Amino acid sequence: MKILAVCGEGIGTSVLLKMNADRVLKRLGIEALVEATDIETANATRDAQIFLTTAGLQDKLVGGAAEIIAIDKVFDLEELSDKLAAAIL
Amino acid sequence: MPNGNLANAFSAESVLLQRTATSWREAISLAGSGLVAAGVATDAYTQAMIDVVETNGPYIVIAPGFALAHARPSVEVLRWGMSLVTLVEPVRFGAGANDPVSVVVGLAAVDKQQHIEALQLLAEKLVEPEFVNSLLKLSNFERFEDILAN
Repeated sequence: MKILAVCGEGIGTSVLLKMNADRVLKRLGIEALVEATDIETANATRDAQIFLTTAGLQDKLVGGAAEIIAIDKVFDLEELSDKLAAAIL
Repeated sequence: MPNGNLANAFSAESVLLQRTATSWREAISLAGSGLVAAGVATDAYTQAMIDVVETNGPYIVIAPGFALAHARPSVEVLRWGMSLVTLVEPVRFGAGANDPVSVVVGLAAVDKQQHIEALQLLAEKLVEPEFVNSLLKLSNFERFEDILAN
């Protein structure tokens, strides 16, 4: 499974999302490749199953077949875990 | 600049404690002035960080009371680094549940790699629920270094 962590620039917020998603996915026992990237790159990507982003950016994303998950609190691992589990499991 | 230590991302010049801002733009401007004072970025990078929010909204407010101001790597970034601003009175970014914001970290990156280790260390701090509040109590840079070291 491929997950894109997306923010406007691909260097800050998305990197933090990726780090916390990696941590949560490991805990959930889900094997996935999580890549941090920017909006334009994400919208040109077709092989990701999930776009993970922060609240407010989801409207800028064109997910296509990918499910878009918006996170309010990036460091609330419970929120991240619940939303990823709901989308994947 | 070495990657390993989060303290290397910040310097006495880039840490602005217990400041006053009346808007989110002023809060980001303070974070930008810290980056400029530390020789990390130019004034144009400060504007670029504001433009990010103008364009894409307040998604940089990623935790309660906490914003990670940043823009894309560009020629306006002289070397990677971070600044810290704590506000006496919080400001609203229009960020819903995470508003209002009293701590802004400014991030300047030269590429997608060099700042990652420091960002990871910062992330480990930010999962601690009391981290943001502990920053608000700081009155000098040395105490901030102590928090980062622990």
